[in-house]
Amino acid sequence: MHEKVDVLIIGSGASGAAVAWSLADTRMRILCLEQGDWVKSSDYPSNGRDWEARLFSDFAVNPNRRARPTDYPINDANSPIKVVNFNGVGGSTIMYTAHFPRLHPSDFKVRTLDGVAEDWPIDYATLEPFFAENDRMMGVSGLSGDPAYPPKQPPMPPLPLGKSGTRFGQAMNQLGWHWWPSDSTIATTDYEGRGRCINLGHCTPGCAQGAKASTDITYWPLAIRAGVELRTMCRVREITVDANGMASGVIYYDAEGREHFQPAEVVILACNGVGTPRLMLNSVSAKFPNGIANSSGLVGKNLMFHPYALNYGYVDEPLDGNRGPPLCLWSQEFYETDPGRDFVRGYTFQFGRGVGAIIEAIVSSQAGRLPWGEEHHSAYRKLVNRRIGLSAICEDLPEEHNRVTLDPVLKDSSGIPAPKIDYTISANSHKMMQHGIARAREVLTAAGASNICVESPILNGGWHLLGTARMGTDPERSVVNPWGRCHDVKNLFIVDGSIWVTSGGVNPTSTIQALALYIADSIKQRLADLFD
Amino acid sequence: MPDLDLTAEQARDLRALAGAIIPPSAAYAVPGADDERIFADILRSLERDRDDICRALTHLAALSGGAFADLEPARRTEVAAAFREAGGAPLAALVRVVLLCYYRDDRVMISLGLEPRPPFPKGHVVEQGDWSLLDPVRARPRMYRLVD
Repeated sequence: MHEKVDVLIIGSGASGAAVAWSLADTRMRILCLEQGDWVKSSDYPSNGRDWEARLFSDFAVNPNRRARPTDYPINDANSPIKVVNFNGVGGSTIMYTAHFPRLHPSDFKVRTLDGVAEDWPIDYATLEPFFAENDRMMGVSGLSGDPAYPPKQPPMPPLPLGKSGTRFGQAMNQLGWHWWPSDSTIATTDYEGRGRCINLGHCTPGCAQGAKASTDITYWPLAIRAGVELRTMCRVREITVDANGMASGVIYYDAEGREHFQPAEVVILACNGVGTPRLMLNSVSAKFPNGIANSSGLVGKNLMFHPYALNYGYVDEPLDGNRGPPLCLWSQEFYETDPGRDFVRGYTFQFGRGVGAIIEAIVSSQAGRLPWGEEHHSAYRKLVNRRIGLSAICEDLPEEHNRVTLDPVLKDSSGIPAPKIDYTISANSHKMMQHGIARAREVLTAAGASNICVESPILNGGWHLLGTARMGTDPERSVVNPWGRCHDVKNLFIVDGSIWVTSGGVNPTSTIQALALYIADSIKQRLADLFD
Repeated sequence: MPDLDLTAEQARDLRALAGAIIPPSAAYAVPGADDERIFADILRSLERDRDDICRALTHLAALSGGAFADLEPARRTEVAAAFREAGGAPLAALVRVVLLCYYRDDRVMISLGLEPRPPFPKGHVVEQGDWSLLDPVRARPRMYRLVD
């Protein structure tokens, strides 16, 4: 039995780190339990000659493939999009591209504006100061003046255009379409102890230089210095409740498999849109026979991914390939609803600089572009470092049949039931993806590319895990209230992507963290009557 | 040369198949994937794909009616083509391991104009580009919808 803490946070990723840092100034006793471990920068693949190969082993994006002892399996057989994540201090910020757009003002009002799904109970203006604070904490590079967003001021200049970005910029200008340097959490100047980007080019599976912001090197050092305890290699099995139906703590297993009970006054879940509903559904009691805080029946439902439609082609000269951060530009040309289209809502284009030599060989072989035999060499030389591509990140609307449940058979190495994903791509999303594919083809053609190829949806493209414990004012239609507190359990909070009402069409990390800071601030404002 | 997880027959077939996928090229001055050093790397790198690769090699032997490595060159080409045509996850795993070892070999990388080194710590240079390209976008009116 451990000493009781004031606040117990489960998960040390994007949102867990932000809420821990923000709450630290209350001087409460705060503990975070993380199922993974610290990852040293010297462990990242870009330190070694096997840097691309490790994308297929211990740094694979898919946890079923990666299968580290710190990972849990996911039954994703009934989904055309597979869940990708990382388990360790920093969570999936270790394994992301650092593309850092915010949701737009319209994303919070989809029912009012477009008559679909539901409005969020908060708005862009409410989150704006927390976006700015998070940009400063994570260290965002970018360029002010984007007409697709309300004014904002990234603290560092943008990533370089390079040869690939220049081609795309020229193509988009030719078409008369919007494009802009992406907000990115890759430091372009020395920033708060982090070295500037030196174009290792292999950003997604961790940055050996430390230029990419993952929360193990941004929020956590400050939170720990302020007194927060971070306990690693602790896999939580369930949230326990007392006789009054309040959360009393959690049961977890340590690295040696020993069971512990950790009591707490307040429990905060930050385990992402799959891990959080999994833990809630595993937390069964007489008071909550269907999982904790699940009187609405919505825990695990309304899973949203963002289907990705990828187009790429090949040009007649070497470009940047893998020699720089992979994403440097976005376009919001097709983001807002257009009544002239056959779908509602929209998508972001994110532009890719290129891929490495081995990835090019493997993908081209699978696609049948790369012959076996003597012709292999000449064919490959027309492909390597000549690829440019762009993806449409499509808004996924909430549908209850897209869900996370507990697999009746599959368990993790601690014997805890694993999550099962049931997911289909909606008709609206399909139409949106087809629109994105057609427009991307125009962009690639304008950029001088030929041999245009499509991967839609990207199979291992379930980076964004949203909507499975959504926020709202009605306890029958939502799991948490407008400031992240569970309707059913007044000392249980959720701060990760689970609480999203709709998904927007952008990478979500910026908004997830802004929401976590907003919820932390809401808790601090209400400390005297937090459970009323 | 270590054979690690494969039988001697399987290793011999895998090496012959690797050479059929990527043969040496005098024109580009590169070895084939059956080169001793590259093939040793392949054998060391089976790890998560070992079971799939064993399944693929069993299929290859069945298509060959025995050892693939013992076939005459013309017959090898025919069988390799049929093997590729059949597809499947085991084949994909086998080809992936061959490619990821071949394209990190120093001699191959140099022939492609790539530096045989890890990305860190030297990194790369990416040109800044001409930001005046953004001028037409800067001139656009507000695109986001107002909600109030």
